[in-house]
Amino acid sequence: MALADIVQRPGLLFAGALLLHLGLISVQVTTGAGTTVFHAVVFGSLSEAQRGTAWATGSVRDLWTGYFALRDVRAENARLRDEVNALQVQLQAERARAERADAYRSLLQLRARVPLETTGAEVIAAAASPSFRTITIDKGASDGVEADMAVVAPSGVVGRVTQPGPRAALVQLIIDGNAAAGAVVERTRVQGIVVGLGDGTLRMDYVPATGDVVTGDVVVTSGIDGLYPAGFVLGTVTRVSRGDGLYHEVAVQPAVDFSRLEDVLVVRQRQAAAASAAEAVK
Amino acid sequence: MKALAALAALLLAAVAQSALGGLAWRGFAAVDLVLVVVVYLALTGGPVAGLLAGTVGGLVQDALSPGILGMGGLAKTVVGFLAGRFGTQFIVTSTVPRLLAFAAATAAHAVLFMGAYSVLGLRSFPNALVSTAVQAAGNGLLGVIGFQLAERLPRALERRRARGGMRVRP
Repeated sequence: MALADIVQRPGLLFAGALLLHLGLISVQVTTGAGTTVFHAVVFGSLSEAQRGTAWATGSVRDLWTGYFALRDVRAENARLRDEVNALQVQLQAERARAERADAYRSLLQLRARVPLETTGAEVIAAAASPSFRTITIDKGASDGVEADMAVVAPSGVVGRVTQPGPRAALVQLIIDGNAAAGAVVERTRVQGIVVGLGDGTLRMDYVPATGDVVTGDVVVTSGIDGLYPAGFVLGTVTRVSRGDGLYHEVAVQPAVDFSRLEDVLVVRQRQAAAASAAEAVK
Repeated sequence: MKALAALAALLLAAVAQSALGGLAWRGFAAVDLVLVVVVYLALTGGPVAGLLAGTVGGLVQDALSPGILGMGGLAKTVVGFLAGRFGTQFIVTSTVPRLLAFAAATAAHAVLFMGAYSVLGLRSFPNALVSTAVQAAGNGLLGVIGFQLAERLPRALERRRARGGMRVRP
């Protein structure tokens, strides 16, 4: 059958396209998790296009802001911003260390925490589909980035790597409708699970109705999920209401402003998160 | 040539969607540029153009997203095909029918996409109704503007060229 004949029969073409998609989906669903070669190749090449776009727009912006407008100041500003970012991350790590030490001082002997090894990455694209809340970063498998590595920013938790390509990686943001993290209210140590709602906000589930949680409380990662290191800020409680039965309904405003996210840190040592999880369980 | 232009428009829409990730209303993504292009191509080119555009556009979006490859492709193929059929059966030349066509296509896409994920138990969509409503409005508005631009821009250029040509003559 010639190509022209097929085009003349849209029903046949439609059925063929449907079969193609259903075949694609069923293969992926039955084999479970894991990245297919096709997915990796297509993502890899398209992420290169995104990288190119980001580079082109970044070059024009850099030319304007870095050369014409602020030739010397920009370099100094970039250095200072990196320093501030590094210090803020260090501060978070110190803060996490301090609050954990407070909590366990009377119960356990002091443990040396596993230092976090991170890789800086730049955000090169946002989500290609409005149904997902993701970003693409410019570091991939060749930089040691692996699936399920935590991604953080100086202000708090960003998300986790879901699909590392050779030179870029897809990161599921914590505000995605399917994202979740083990969480704890910093002030009272009440535990729960923070889930993304897909609308830019978070909700803390499984908080017992007897738990002490008030508006303004800071919610941090508990480390119990084995993905996110303990003590990193998830957000601030904005509303607490009585749920249907045993649990509170807790609304959380994310600490990170995802609309202005430019630089992130990938926590390279998954064992650090795993160690946090082990500590949290103990 | 027309097919290449359509392909370029779809790829451009996917890249632009990535670049305009912050374009949101109250936290919800306000537009799906790829869907707008698919529906536009379907309404102007018929069911074959619609389903092919839906297949390509959906697969490109799937490849750049963490979900199942083919889910977006399936939803956009069906929507593209139906929009193409709709475009050949009814006269869709004024603003309101076009707005409704884009909004209905967005709703159908949401039902198919979210429905398939939910039926397979792979993903949940909190606030699905609000996010679909926001997107239907955004896509409808953008689609109508796109149609106006595509129709008026060539005519305006033609008129300008004609006026310039008349002035040159003695």
